Amino acid sequence: MADRKTPGLAGAVAGIALAAGGAAFASFLAQRHKDGDDNAPLYTRKRPGTDNPIVGRTVTIRKPRAELYEYWKDFGNLARFMENLQTIRKDGDAHIWTIKAPAGQTVEVRTEVVQDVANETIAWRSLEGSDIETNGEVTFTDAPGDRGTRVSLVMFYNPPAGELGRAIAKLFQREPEVQARHDLKRFKMLMETGEIATSAHTEDATRRAKQQETGR
Amino acid sequence: MRALTWHGTHDVRVDTVDDPEIINPRDAILKITSTAICGSDLHLYDGVIPGVVPGDVLGHEFMGEVVETGAESTLKKGQRVVVPFTISCGGCFHCQIKQYSACENSNPVEKQDMSATLYGHPMSALFGYSHLTGGYSGGQAEYVRVPFSDVGPIVIPDHLEDEKVLFLSDILPTGWMGAENAEIQPDDTVAVWGCGPVGLFAIQSAIVMGASKVIAIDHYPHRLELAKKLGAEVIDFRKTDVRDALMEMSGGIGCDAVIDAVGMESHGFAIDNMIDIAKQKIGIGADRASALKQAILAVRPGGRVSIPGVYGGMTDKFPLGALMEKGLQVRSGQTHVQRYTKDLLEKIEDGTLDTTFLISHRLPLEDAARGYKCFREKQDSWTKVILKPGMEQGQTA
Ligand SMILES: NC(=O)c1ccc[n+]([C@@H]2O[C@H](COP(=O)([O-])OP(=O)(O)OC[C@H]3O[C@@H](n4cnc5c(N)ncnc54)[C@H](O)[C@@H]3O)[C@@H](O)[C@H]2O)c1
Ligand SMILES: [Zn+2]
Ligand SMILES: [Zn+2]
Repeated sequence: MADRKTPGLAGAVAGIALAAGGAAFASFLAQRHKDGDDNAPLYTRKRPGTDNPIVGRTVTIRKPRAELYEYWKDFGNLARFMENLQTIRKDGDAHIWTIKAPAGQTVEVRTEVVQDVANETIAWRSLEGSDIETNGEVTFTDAPGDRGTRVSLVMFYNPPAGELGRAIAKLFQREPEVQARHDLKRFKMLMETGEIATSAHTEDATRRAKQQETGR
Repeated sequence: MRALTWHGTHDVRVDTVDDPEIINPRDAILKITSTAICGSDLHLYDGVIPGVVPGDVLGHEFMGEVVETGAESTLKKGQRVVVPFTISCGGCFHCQIKQYSACENSNPVEKQDMSATLYGHPMSALFGYSHLTGGYSGGQAEYVRVPFSDVGPIVIPDHLEDEKVLFLSDILPTGWMGAENAEIQPDDTVAVWGCGPVGLFAIQSAIVMGASKVIAIDHYPHRLELAKKLGAEVIDFRKTDVRDALMEMSGGIGCDAVIDAVGMESHGFAIDNMIDIAKQKIGIGADRASALKQAILAVRPGGRVSIPGVYGGMTDKFPLGALMEKGLQVRSGQTHVQRYTKDLLEKIEDGTLDTTFLISHRLPLEDAARGYKCFREKQDSWTKVILKPGMEQGQTA
């Protein structure tokens, strides 16, 4: 586990929320279309019936399902569009997510893939010993006509105990939803245009803007 | 390099700023040869558009020579190009259906939240126009970075001089789309509010599209004169009751289509306009929409309302009842420039459209601040200002 003396994880939340674990999540996913009175995804409810932050977002990307699935399946690619993710590396069957934290620090989360249906779904969860217990699921479904693919990302996390946990949780509650949206949109940009839009004027300004966003 | 930067309301200056660099593979860098000041820039100058940051380089109407290209750019060094003011990726859903100004991928992700909150959806990016629309540096400068340079810029044949083609970047397609959105039929009477560059091009377009009568409304004699020369009948709103006159001039039916080429800073002494001016002054984001309100009352039942004029926020006392009860059709939007550039370039080449009649002043880039001041304060005679980075200072054509 990386150094985590500084609990002010402002920008770190994003990646963490995407890291993955728990039965609650699975049951949440199973009931998300049944439990409500309407057809809306559960995460769009005004009062979620749970204290655990669950966030979800959908984007439509004009690319075939298989292409998007293949890109995501190679977890090492995620760091290209998840702003707060430094790297993901393979460790046997597990993945180790290195997530940027303030003041140049990093936090690590170990995850395993719990579901993998070709061209449809990839789900993961954090393993014992990770700082944060999280689950994530990305699904790929055909959009109508030639509109491409609808990509939905749903995430759940259980904040860790203690002071650090509370600090993370506090930040988590306002950040993950924004970060999920931002990360998915960057994924869309990368897939549809081959690059991620920036209005920076010089290379230097690009770097500064990135550092600002990740709170470093 | 030198560039016109925004420092606050009515405070723009030519400063030295960093040269732009290629950042993404599809980028290109242009050396600007000609750029213009737009009526939309006046909204920034007057401080009524949110999200402008001191130091921002303005300018969204520009052309120049390609001096650098990213690995994926299809442009070649030395080419002369005009660049659409709307930045569009060409690959998203909206670009594919040619709604370029709704591109989903050009506004950087971290800039999208503000407009998503204001409008329900994020805006696409524009050059030199507030961080709501991306915060991209504009073209009132010596150089500019052009993202997605394989999609927007149109290459100009050598025999066409800058001034003939520069307005392909914005006001020419904007006037054209303003007329197209009015769905003009041959027997139509069409009224156009505002004889600024956008209104003048909308008038010319409406005539080319075959309207039987075009009526232009403004209060500046010289601008009305330009409209008249294009073949429009004119109304001076300071002298004449506009709605009365329009009813009479359309045979008691009302205008078939109306075009608002004024936007959020409409002039005049209508009471609601005065209240909105006061609100804008104290920083309540109220759009002055008196021209649009008048247009909605003047159009015939079942008629068409086209709004190329820019609005940014909310407006009070909007005649919603007239809109519904008369069964009006409304179309608006930032121009889908890339949709029109090729056709309009042909119409410039074959002489269907005159693009130089409205140019009143040519200034060196160094004099840009004076250009802004005069374009705002002496609107009658300063109809359109072109800035030239290379031009000697003190020289005014
Ligand atoms: N939709 C787009 O993509 C797009 C592109 C460019 C410009 N615009 C907008 O178009 C509008 C016009 O641009 P422009 O460059 O011609 O600006 P401009 O300021 O030069 O012209 C506006 C004209 O409207 C006249 N006017 C003001 N109040 C009026 C009223 N109540 N009735 C009739 N006329 C009135 C003014 O006297 C002036 O001549 C602006 O709002 C600009 O932001 C939109
Ligand atoms: Zn403009
Ligand atoms: Zn696009």
